[in-house]
Amino acid sequence: MGRLNWQLGEVIETQMETARSKSLSLAVPDWIGHQPGQHVDIRLTAEDGYQAQRSYSIASPPEDAERIVLTVERLEDGEVSPYLVDELHVGDKLELRGPIGGYFVWKVQIGGPLLLVAGGSGIVPLMAMIRHRQSVGSNVATRLIYSSRFYEDIIYRDELDHIASDDTMLELVYTLTRAQPPGWTGYHRRIDFGLLGEVAWPHEQRPLAFICGPTQFVETAASGLISLGYEPTRIKTERFGPTGGA
Amino acid sequence: MSQGFISRGFHRRSQLSDVSGRIPPGQYLERGFPVLTAGPTQHTPLEKWDFSIVGEVDQPKRWTWDEFRALPHETVTVDIHCVTKWSKLDTQWEGVSIDTLLDQVVFDANYIIAISDGGYTTNLPLDEIIGGKAWIVYAYQGEPIAPEHGGPARLLVPHLYFWKSAKWVRSLKLSDHDEPGFWESLGYNNHGDPWKEERYWGD
Amino acid sequence: MMDKLDGNAAGGILQEIFPFEMTLVQTTCTGCGVTNAIGELAVYMHGMGTIMRCPTCDNVLIRVVQAKDQYWLDMRGVRVLQINSEM
Repeated sequence: MGRLNWQLGEVIETQMETARSKSLSLAVPDWIGHQPGQHVDIRLTAEDGYQAQRSYSIASPPEDAERIVLTVERLEDGEVSPYLVDELHVGDKLELRGPIGGYFVWKVQIGGPLLLVAGGSGIVPLMAMIRHRQSVGSNVATRLIYSSRFYEDIIYRDELDHIASDDTMLELVYTLTRAQPPGWTGYHRRIDFGLLGEVAWPHEQRPLAFICGPTQFVETAASGLISLGYEPTRIKTERFGPTGGA
Repeated sequence: MSQGFISRGFHRRSQLSDVSGRIPPGQYLERGFPVLTAGPTQHTPLEKWDFSIVGEVDQPKRWTWDEFRALPHETVTVDIHCVTKWSKLDTQWEGVSIDTLLDQVVFDANYIIAISDGGYTTNLPLDEIIGGKAWIVYAYQGEPIAPEHGGPARLLVPHLYFWKSAKWVRSLKLSDHDEPGFWESLGYNNHGDPWKEERYWGD
Repeated sequence: MMDKLDGNAAGGILQEIFPFEMTLVQTTCTGCGVTNAIGELAVYMHGMGTIMRCPTCDNVLIRVVQAKDQYWLDMRGVRVLQINSEM
């Protein structure tokens, strides 16, 4: 495998996903490939030598060989995310290293049933898993429970609805925690033990769970699944914190 | 560790400044109060809390929370400097001077090690904490110190980098030899004077 | 407020030092004897360094500081590392 080195990627495309989040497509020469769920570290250097570094999950599946896509949410107080979302444009170079994190990885060979639990921008690594599953035409039974504040904040909403509309083995459960559009019949509260009890796979099926989002969200979801009888070794978590998306 | 590719249009969020002469070299003015922790936030209930002076003392001394709060205390306004380059000016703390505490023990020592709940430690030469240079504080800006900032009580040694101001402090061990603490044993400068930029070993 | 992260977050710095995918490496804690993948450890990471703790007993397993073209690495909390060299 070898030690990680910093590489230079070039921004070849950008696309706003929601008002605050943007996908950046990067061409990385000599990219060795990645697995769904892995991330890269991004490093920014100012002219005076000041550096800031953050980790971002790769949103694209490994089957998309020409580029890697990162989806970044701009945080109010952020140091790096405002630069990536507001300033960076096509043609700019971005220093990155990776892929990192063999632990938080799912590929179709691992099987299911698969439970994906996303809070806000925690959807990103899970989307790589969903896109990978879609790319290889897998029918591993998969449920995504995705918590967002508002309907407009749901990242990849159209794509998720489109994939699910054609795939009886992929189920989506959205919950909107702050406000709901008129006619909304879905969940409208934070993910909790009760909600998980209603929509998660029964533990008897020995599901594999991946939970990603802010720390508190992850801890609530993980303990909820454990209370539902999920095996702790079959729950993998990725907490976003100050180093993830700020 | 390479130099790094210069990212077009990227600059540090807060500008370095030495406007008032109160900001040490390499630091920037921070208006917030960042929380850096090496482990889980400690939550020691006051009825379980005590503070001790141990080690090279004739008799170890211990105070319960109520006894500690009954000690002579003072309010100080100081500037604090974190080795991660932020400085915060005019922070107000209330607590007991280390001089007041050491007056209550008979000891013979040149060094202290501060020991905190959760296992954090930091070391100081005795002459860096006596003579009005250090306190055990329990209030910040007039309110009890929040757990994430080190409450119920923390060490305050503002003239050195802030990692020396150990959060969740529970005892001072007086010693005749120096014992590098948590960060001092992992590359951080044993002394830590921000005005001399003593950040790491060899500085 | 600083939150703890999962071991994956430390994958980058560890793979600067070790030529392996480190998050799958197994570590045995000297405090409680439990073995976990590095990906399962509790990571406290900020400008001063990276601290990795046992998810069972909070014992510090691995500490890393990177500054001035050096790394300081303390692994006293790890009884043994199990590295699959194919990673």
